[in-house]
Amino acid sequence: MTTTGLRSLFSRHDLLSFAVLALLLIVVFPLALDIFRLNLIGKYLTYAFVALGLVLCWGYGGVLSLGQGVFFGIGGYMMAMFLKLEASDPESTSIQSTPGIPDFMDWNQITELPWFWEPFYSFGFTLLAVLVVPTVFAYLIGVAMFKRRVSGVYFAIITQSIALILTILIIGQQGYTGGVNGITDLRTLLGWDIRSDFAKYVFYFICVALLLTCVVIAQFIRRSKFGRILVAMRDAEDRIRFSGYDVANFKVFVFCVGAAFAAIGGAMFTLQVGFMSPSFIGIVPSIEMVIFCAVGGRLSLFGAIYGALLVSWARSIFSESFPELWLFAMGALFIGVVLAFPNGLAGLYDQYARGHVAKALDRWVDQLTRSDSNRTVQGVAHERQ
Amino acid sequence: MFSDYSSAELMSIFAMQGFAGLTLFSVFVLMALGLAIIFGQMGVINMAHGEFMILGAYITYLTSNLFSQWIPDWYGSYFFVAMALAFLAAALLGMLVEWLMIRHLYHRPLDTLLATWGLSLILQQSYRSIFGAREVGVTMPDWMMGSYPITDLVEVPINGLFVMCLSLGITLVVAALMYRSRWGIQVRAVVQNRPMAGAVGINTQKVDRMTFALGCGIAGIAGSAFTMIGSTGPTSGQLYIVDTFLVVVFGGAASLLGTVASAFTISQAQSTMEFFLSGSMAKVLTLLFVVGILMVRPQGLFSLKVRR
Repeated sequence: MTTTGLRSLFSRHDLLSFAVLALLLIVVFPLALDIFRLNLIGKYLTYAFVALGLVLCWGYGGVLSLGQGVFFGIGGYMMAMFLKLEASDPESTSIQSTPGIPDFMDWNQITELPWFWEPFYSFGFTLLAVLVVPTVFAYLIGVAMFKRRVSGVYFAIITQSIALILTILIIGQQGYTGGVNGITDLRTLLGWDIRSDFAKYVFYFICVALLLTCVVIAQFIRRSKFGRILVAMRDAEDRIRFSGYDVANFKVFVFCVGAAFAAIGGAMFTLQVGFMSPSFIGIVPSIEMVIFCAVGGRLSLFGAIYGALLVSWARSIFSESFPELWLFAMGALFIGVVLAFPNGLAGLYDQYARGHVAKALDRWVDQLTRSDSNRTVQGVAHERQ
Repeated sequence: MFSDYSSAELMSIFAMQGFAGLTLFSVFVLMALGLAIIFGQMGVINMAHGEFMILGAYITYLTSNLFSQWIPDWYGSYFFVAMALAFLAAALLGMLVEWLMIRHLYHRPLDTLLATWGLSLILQQSYRSIFGAREVGVTMPDWMMGSYPITDLVEVPINGLFVMCLSLGITLVVAALMYRSRWGIQVRAVVQNRPMAGAVGINTQKVDRMTFALGCGIAGIAGSAFTMIGSTGPTSGQLYIVDTFLVVVFGGAASLLGTVASAFTISQAQSTMEFFLSGSMAKVLTLLFVVGILMVRPQGLFSLKVRR
């Protein structure tokens, strides 16, 4: 993208936030943290994908989905299915009664690979499916709901029950999905060991790159005409409808984008953590994903990412050292965010720090332009006078 | 799947499963009634509803312990005391919560969802700290044990019957309160038009608080009834919350009749299918069915025709 393209996409302040985020993720974290901690950060970043999608859906579109875990899970499971098939080649599963199928199928007396597992031998198909399947699923849900004008609370409850349905289904169909344990014991990606430190570094950087790409996409959506209609729709849906726009299509689109982001996050989660299980996709994780977004700021793309990082990090710290305090802290966080600062960290930043940062930024840019091209600036100034 | 059974057996299976479904139905009605008031009338999404039920269950557990320790002769009647206490405790907690939290959020329904989810986490951890992580059970009084034989194959457990009568009674009381009392009229007035209700002299804040407290109190009674069917743990409440919301939404949020009808449909579907399929598949199919219907009829089975 050209500089002018970026200019129109990011305001000066957004550009600064983007640069700071990129610097933090690409330079600071890898240099400051050992591989174990960096891998954890990578795992938190996969939640940031979901939070990013939620900013678009919820913050801008006014559509709160409590079922983002579904899309996260579908993406994650698809990647896990590919890795599992690779890990269960006939040689390494030769002790099973039926070699060549995943171990949990063997335990459940299934002797043949189910048809929907077959396509996942292909890596290309898997990558495509990670993106397409959740998006299509979101499209179907979205069309069914938004065309009937289901919105707000009802949408939230229905998406939540879809998350419940998927969880029960996965746990119940143990032979096909690995049940409660999920799909575990993943080893290689295209013959390349995913458990080595080097692989973890690679996945971390891929994750960061994908996340930054998603930020750019989300920023593009936000700054386009579509984004402005979205906000208008959130604030006065009927007026937009009466102005001749098909409100449902906008909501469906933004819901699909959120689902696709979540699915990418899920796939990266599987790659970095090395397994996938229903405990990451049910009702509880889905609501926690909403709180990542709410803590960071439901109107801020960057805020959502910091929210996901901070809350997950706090969770790790708390549950390591004070496990019984964790739920209290989390509960207080939910209540506090909603009651005291509904726009999250980004809202606090906007209120207290943004002005100072903007001023400092202006001064800095002024200084740069003055020292770099003093004459031209003065020349322009003369012309203007 | 029917061919393995004789027709007499099938009949009794349906009768037994139907009765099990009726018990589930009573439980659903008890759980959903409180929520129908809070969500249907006030528009507040109370994700901590399950935890209010668990509070009732724990109060019942404490009361039964007290009775067996101090006045074992009266143990047969502990349940009625426990129910009253559970109602009071849950209603008081509800009042407190309304005052601290909910009243700031009436115009932001989706935010009540997040805030009450936080509350539910805090309550869960409190239960775990106070009562321990293990599930607790209550010894039923003698008169509630055993079952009542109708035919050779069909038996009706007495505790199930009792829960049924209880939920019937409470439904009638709530219906009378909502549709036949002065207070009910005030509640519905406040829900429909808050400023106007205030203008004609209704103390809307007080009505809100009492409504919320009543909803929570009924949840407490539901929890109390739970102890007769199963044991209670700190996270039991979370298991039911989605079911409860679906019951209320499926029935049409503001309609008590709808809540009862949808509880009946869902519970009968689930318990009949449970016999022939695995429990999880029955649950999945029931939920899918409900979600499917909600996509066709987003306002639920029985909805008020109101211009919005």
